[in-house]
This record gives sequence, C-alpha cells and structure tokens, in this order.
Amino acid sequence: MKTETTAINIDRGKGDFFYPEAHVRDAGIGLSERTIHYIADVKEDPDWVRDFRLRALKTFWEKPLPTHWASKELEAIDFDKIRYYLAQGTEPKRSWEDVPEDIKRTFERLGIPEQERKFLAGVEAQFDSEAVYSNIKKAVGEQGVIFVGSREGLKNYPEIFRPWFAKVIPVGDNKFSALNSAVFSGGSFIYVPPGVKVKHPLQAYFRINAENFGQFERTLIIADEGSEVTYMEGCTAPKFNTPTLHSAVVELVALKGAKIQYITVQNWASNVFNLVTKRGLAQENAEVKWIDCNIGSRLTMKYPGVIMKGRKARGEVLSIALANDGQHQDTGAKMIHAADETTSNIISKSISIGKGRATYRGLVHVPKHLKNCKNNTECDALLINATSRTDTYPAITVRGTGNAVQHEASVSQVSAEQIFYMQQRGLSEAQAMSLSVNGFVNDLVRQFPMEYSVELKRLIELEMEGSVG
Amino acid sequence: MPLVTNHEISKSGSILSGPAELRDLPEWFREEQRAAWDQFENLPQPTRKNQAWRFSNVALLDLAPFKTSPPLSEDDRRNILKYSRGLEQYAGRMIFANDLLVERDVVSEDLKKRGVIFQPLERAMVEHSDLFRKYFMSTEATLGSAKFAALHKAHVSTGTFVFVPRGLEIELPIEIFHWLRHDNMSVFPHLLLVADELAKVTVIEHFRSCSRTAPGLACGVNDLIAGPGANVTYVCAQEWASNVIALQINSTVVDHDASAMSLNLHVGGKYSRFESLSRLIGEGGRSDLLAVAVAKHQQEFDARTLQDHISPRTSSDLLYKNALDDRARTIFGGLIRVEPHAHFTDAYQKVRNLLLSDDAEANSMPGLEILADNVRCTHGATSGQIDEDELFYLRTRGIPTRVAQRLLVTGFLDEVIQRLNHPVIGDHLHRLIEEKFAA
Repeated sequence: MKTETTAINIDRGKGDFFYPEAHVRDAGIGLSERTIHYIADVKEDPDWVRDFRLRALKTFWEKPLPTHWASKELEAIDFDKIRYYLAQGTEPKRSWEDVPEDIKRTFERLGIPEQERKFLAGVEAQFDSEAVYSNIKKAVGEQGVIFVGSREGLKNYPEIFRPWFAKVIPVGDNKFSALNSAVFSGGSFIYVPPGVKVKHPLQAYFRINAENFGQFERTLIIADEGSEVTYMEGCTAPKFNTPTLHSAVVELVALKGAKIQYITVQNWASNVFNLVTKRGLAQENAEVKWIDCNIGSRLTMKYPGVIMKGRKARGEVLSIALANDGQHQDTGAKMIHAADETTSNIISKSISIGKGRATYRGLVHVPKHLKNCKNNTECDALLINATSRTDTYPAITVRGTGNAVQHEASVSQVSAEQIFYMQQRGLSEAQAMSLSVNGFVNDLVRQFPMEYSVELKRLIELEMEGSVG
Repeated sequence: MPLVTNHEISKSGSILSGPAELRDLPEWFREEQRAAWDQFENLPQPTRKNQAWRFSNVALLDLAPFKTSPPLSEDDRRNILKYSRGLEQYAGRMIFANDLLVERDVVSEDLKKRGVIFQPLERAMVEHSDLFRKYFMSTEATLGSAKFAALHKAHVSTGTFVFVPRGLEIELPIEIFHWLRHDNMSVFPHLLLVADELAKVTVIEHFRSCSRTAPGLACGVNDLIAGPGANVTYVCAQEWASNVIALQINSTVVDHDASAMSLNLHVGGKYSRFESLSRLIGEGGRSDLLAVAVAKHQQEFDARTLQDHISPRTSSDLLYKNALDDRARTIFGGLIRVEPHAHFTDAYQKVRNLLLSDDAEANSMPGLEILADNVRCTHGATSGQIDEDELFYLRTRGIPTRVAQRLLVTGFLDEVIQRLNHPVIGDHLHRLIEEKFAA
C-alpha cells in the first residue's frame, strides 16, 4: 500500500530565478480610481474603455468574495498590497533582435528552444503586463488574421472587437472578472476572418516577474464563420515570498461553423493565486474546446465554460490538474446548453500528491424546450498519499424530455498490484509510480496537439521526479 | 382500545409564537425546548445562496400560516384508525394524528420480556431517560436544516421510541403512522430507534393527510442507531396531501460491522425536503441509502445526503431515482465524505432522473470529498427519458402507449425497491407508486 509514500518533491527550480526589475511604468501599490486613471492614461485608452474600467472597479468593490462556496484561502489576498500595473515601457516588439537581453535569458532558462519558436506560427511572449515580444508569422498576417495585444485591439480595431468585448463574460460575472475589467493589460486579441483555417497554433507565453503584482491579461478571440484557430497559453513564474495574483479573463466567440481550441498549461509558482474566468460562445455548428492543464499555483480557481447558443453547437473541456503540497487546484467546467441538438463533453483528471487538494466543480445546464441535447461528464481522481485530498462538486440541471445527461466520477489510488508488477520487471518504485501516473492521464494527453503533449509529458515527468524513494 | 394521552395544549395558535409548553413533559426537557426555540429564532432563514439550499424553492418555506394542533374529535380518531391500513402483519404499531397518540398496539409479551422497549417518546423521556438523553438528536443537522431541527426540538411533543436489546431479532416490521388533520396544522414526528449489538429490526413509517389538499407542515427528525453488528432497516412512505410542506431530517449512526438500510418513498407534498446523514463510525459498517420520488404537477422534492465515512473499511451505497412529470422539480445534493484515516472506504452514489415532460426539471449535485487514500469512491448522475426502442418494443406487443410508458417508469423505479429485499413492504410501496400514476 502506498500510504507510506513521502510527498512528491516537485522541482520548481526551473522557474525559481529572476532578474533585476527595471519597470519604467508603475501604477504603484493598491487600487483606487487614481490607479485606473493612471492605467488608462499610460495605455492611452479611448474614453469608452476608461469608463468601462471605472464602472468595473465599482462592481469589484460591491461584490463580496465568493467564500460561501469557494476556498477561505481567498481571504489571504490583500488587494491593497498588489501592484496593478507595470510594464517595461516598451512597445510590443516585432523582431527577436529588439527583445531586451535579460528577457531573452529568461526564455533561455525556461527552455523554450529557438527552433520551437520558429516552428510555431506566432509567439507572443508576455513579460509582466505588456507583450514585449510578438512575432506573427507572415503567413498568418497574409490570411487576414489579426493577432494583437488588448490595448492595440481596442484602439485600432474597435469595429471588430468592441461588439464582443465583455459580452461573453460580463463585468459583474464574478468579483475577479470585475477586477480584471478594471485593471486589465496585456493578453491577446485575435480575429480570424471567415473560412480561414489557421494551420499553426498561435502561442503566447506569460510570465509574472514582479513581487506583489498581479497580472490581469485579457484575451478575446473571434473566429468568424467557418474559420478554425488553435491558441496556446503557457505559464511559468519565479517564486516569491508574498502571494501574487493572476486574474485573467478569456472570451472566445465562435461564429457559425467556426472552431476554436484554447490550450493552457499553467505552471505558476506555488504562491500564486490563479483566479481566471474563461468562457466561450458557440453559435450554430460551431465548436469551442478548452484544454486545460493546471500544475502550478497555490490556489487555482478556473472553470472554463461554453455557452452553446446555436443549433448543433459543441462544447468540450479536457482538463488535467496536479495538486501537490500546499496547492489547491479548484477546477472544473461549465456547460450551458441554449439551443437544440447541442452536445458537450467534460473529461477531467486530477492527481493529488502529498497534502495537495484537487477539486472538481461542474455545472451543466439544459433548460426546457430543448431537444436532443447531450452531455457527458467524466471525472477521475488519483490519490497518491494518505494526506492527499480530492473533491467533486458537480451541479446538473436538466429540463424536458429529449435530453440526456450523464455524469460519472471515480476516485482511486495507484494500484499496488500495478506497482508490484512493474517492480517485478525491474523498475524502481519511483519509475513505476511515474509510469502509472502517466498512464492515468495518457488517454487525455493523447488528445492534445503534438507539441503540447510532448511538453506536458515532460512536465509530468519533471513533477514526478524524486516523488517516491 | 385506543390509548389516548391527555395532552393539554397550553398554547394553540401559530407555531412561530414560541416553543411548546407542555406541562406533562419533564422540566429538563422543557428547558431544552426553550433553548432550541432561541436557536431557531437566531438561525437565519435559508437562501439559495447557501450551497445546502442551492436550487431549492426557499420561498415555499413560509411557516407563518401553520398552527399547533388542537385536540381531535372522537370521529376523527375513529376515521384515522379505520384508514391506518399499511402492512397486514406487524410486530408493533403506533398511530399519531396531529401529534397525538391515537392508538398503540404494543409488542408481544414475549418481546417485552426479552427487553424490547416500544413506547411513546414522552414516556421514554421519563422511564428511559439515560438512553433518551444519549441518543435523542445527538447528531447535529449539518445538511442545511439546522434551523428546522431546532424548530422540531422546540415543538416535539410525542413520537416513537424503540429499543431492541442485544442479539434480539424482531422478524415483523414495526409500523408507525403520522396523520395531518385539518387545514394549516403542523406535526413534528420523531422516531428514536436504538438497535443494540447484533440486534435486528425493521421500521416503516407512513406519513398521510386526512384531506387530499389541506395545507400543512411536517417537520420530522429521526435518530437511527445501529449498534455493533446490528441490522436496521428503515422505510418511509411519504404520502402527504398536495399542499403540505414537509421537512424530514434523518441521521443514522452505523457502528462496527453493523448494517443500516433506508428507503424513502416520496409521492406527496408540495415541497418535500429530506436530509439523510449516514455516519459510519466503526470498521466494517455498511450503509445503504435508497430513495424513490414520483413528482407530478408542481411538486418539488429536495433530497440532501451525506455518506460520512469516519472509520476505515466502511462501505456505503446510495441509489436515488426520480420520475418527473408535468412541471415538477427534483433536487439531489449528495456528498460522499471520506474523513482522514478512513482508508479502504468503498462508497458509491448514484442518482437517476427520468423526465416525462418538457417542463420537468431535475437538478443533480453529486459530490465527493476524499481526505484519505486507498479508497474506491464513485458516483454517477444521469438524466434522460424513456427509451424509444423499449417503448416501441412494448407497442409492437399490443400494449397501448400510455400503459407501456407506465410500465417502463415503474420498472425504472422498481430497481430501488427490489434492493430492499422485503417483498411485503416492496408490494406496499409498489402500490403507492401505481396509485400516484393512476391519480
């Protein structure tokens, strides 16, 4: 039995370094209307954006923390000690040569190979609040794809982005979406024209690199009729002593027949609060697919959702969470069926190690008078140590006939027989354990795009290093 | 011969005017009732924001119209006695109406000699105060209804006390009836059941109204205690009138190697909430939680459960099935909790909803909280409708659509009743389901 296994010791050294900060723009510490005006001034926001931010701030102040259902740990966030905006003072760079040297070194240390960057269609690397490096491959630009930062998007293409901005996730959706709406900076705004199929995934790396400073990126992806796009987001952050807040808002809009795939590998340092609101809107025949991997952070609260608004729309969430000592991965999915013949699928796998806690929260809503809606939910949890914890809290509402919903969850530990069998074949206990965990997530990882499944496998192996012994 | 206790209703009128002040209850208990009343007044009214009341129609919980019960007429007593038909054979029987004991059929002399106690609650309070004080509402109501548990305690005036001594097995079921008579009356049914080591007992409770439509309130609490190796079966057949608000708070304690099974059949009421808390406190304990709800018109059934695994090597199995027609709503909020060190837990939880109309709504919140490893916990929730192929098959055999539908629905619900493995009670419950569909 594995009750004696010591906690898996995750090597976070990879992200545990930082370079001297040289922030040109800094909004100071704490949050007030002055902070908002400062951000709006620096970013030269149009008036409507400034008003939007101010209204959002009021909503943020009015809303209570959702501690009546969520972790009490949220109370540890001191909103007055957070720096809400700072940037390098640089415009997004177009070529690699223009990127400052110490940032290049950061990427080097993170192990993002130059070749990979070239291979990928567009690498938007976010250093602190502002995109400091953006390299959109020529081909993507020629297809008419707009791939810019949030500020540029709202300022230069308001006719495209404004109609959908904050429409999928209204400001008052929750306290943290309101906070993001007030102070957002950075993130990606993407528009894919009708019928355009973006062959290579668009990619952005995010990093937090200033103590006590929250990162509030804002992403809006609009896939016009019949288009297809895949977006990847990956995070690592250096370790700090005081909690850091990351609170993003990501909105996806898939118009008729469009397909959006959004992939996240989250590996924040273990003192980061990662409170993210992600939601997609799928119109007729459209498909929104969230692939979500949560490995880092102190507390992650993230429940990607899909509103299926048109006939035959499809929503999918595939999620992997790994919770180690001191971590709480509170993840899940929301599926709102709002049209006939819509289908959704949720597959969630979590692994709890040491004193880690993994939670699944789900919401599936099928209102009345809808026909032939289907949802399938599967949650599997793996517990490694006696002190590990896992929870599942789904909420499913179904009205009317002609709809089918099924939910299944299971919790188990690594099978002692499996470990024994592998040890018989000459593997060490640690190797056997690592293999077993990889096997547990394998069928899900296989569904990821090739680049990410390789990266993810590497990450899990790294996490499992020295786990047993 | 009816045995009527001489309750003096000191205060008739709204149940919200204060605790019951019944002079023939012991002073120490009246003191507890006054404390419970304070607790009731201080606890907040539930709101949907509270996770334990999520999806519930809390607006229905207006207690203002409900009154404490006046004495019954002789006619009432005769009629109630006449219509208290349940099982053909029983080991003992108590019939209550408006919280007044109408009849008690005592257990056989033989069982009495061997130590079985079967008494109204208020007598057990005096004659067996040690047992009473140890087990009466000893488990806190943690599934949302703490306020209503306090209300119950403040108003409870009678109920059933059953004690089965060590090693004794009572073959026949014990039967209890609770009736609501007149409009806007309230009852506070209570069952305190203690099965000592290796004892075996089955209890069935019937909840009924004298009129089909009279509004009323039922706020009941049951304490079911299965001692080491004991075997306790509890069945509830809830048939309240269509305007009754019912809140039932059950807690079961399962000691080592004991086995507890409960089956709740709900067909009546406007809003019926039933909370079942099963605490597995000893190794080898097993708890089976079964429920069937047939929801029609605008009925709302609100089930909340907790399978609390406190000791290692315990198992629990929950199966709740709902059939929903018209504009009915059901809510299932269930949790399997495996406490730290409760290793080798084997827990299962399944809720299945069968939607028969476009306006019916089924809400399911199956939950897991696992704080130990080496466990096997699974849960499942499904919502769907009658299988078209099955319906087609029956129709090709010449069975009219309506009949075929009813056959398929009762077949769907029957799985739960068969789990009880008690043909006599099973037949009775089956009849109630048939009647509900025929109505």
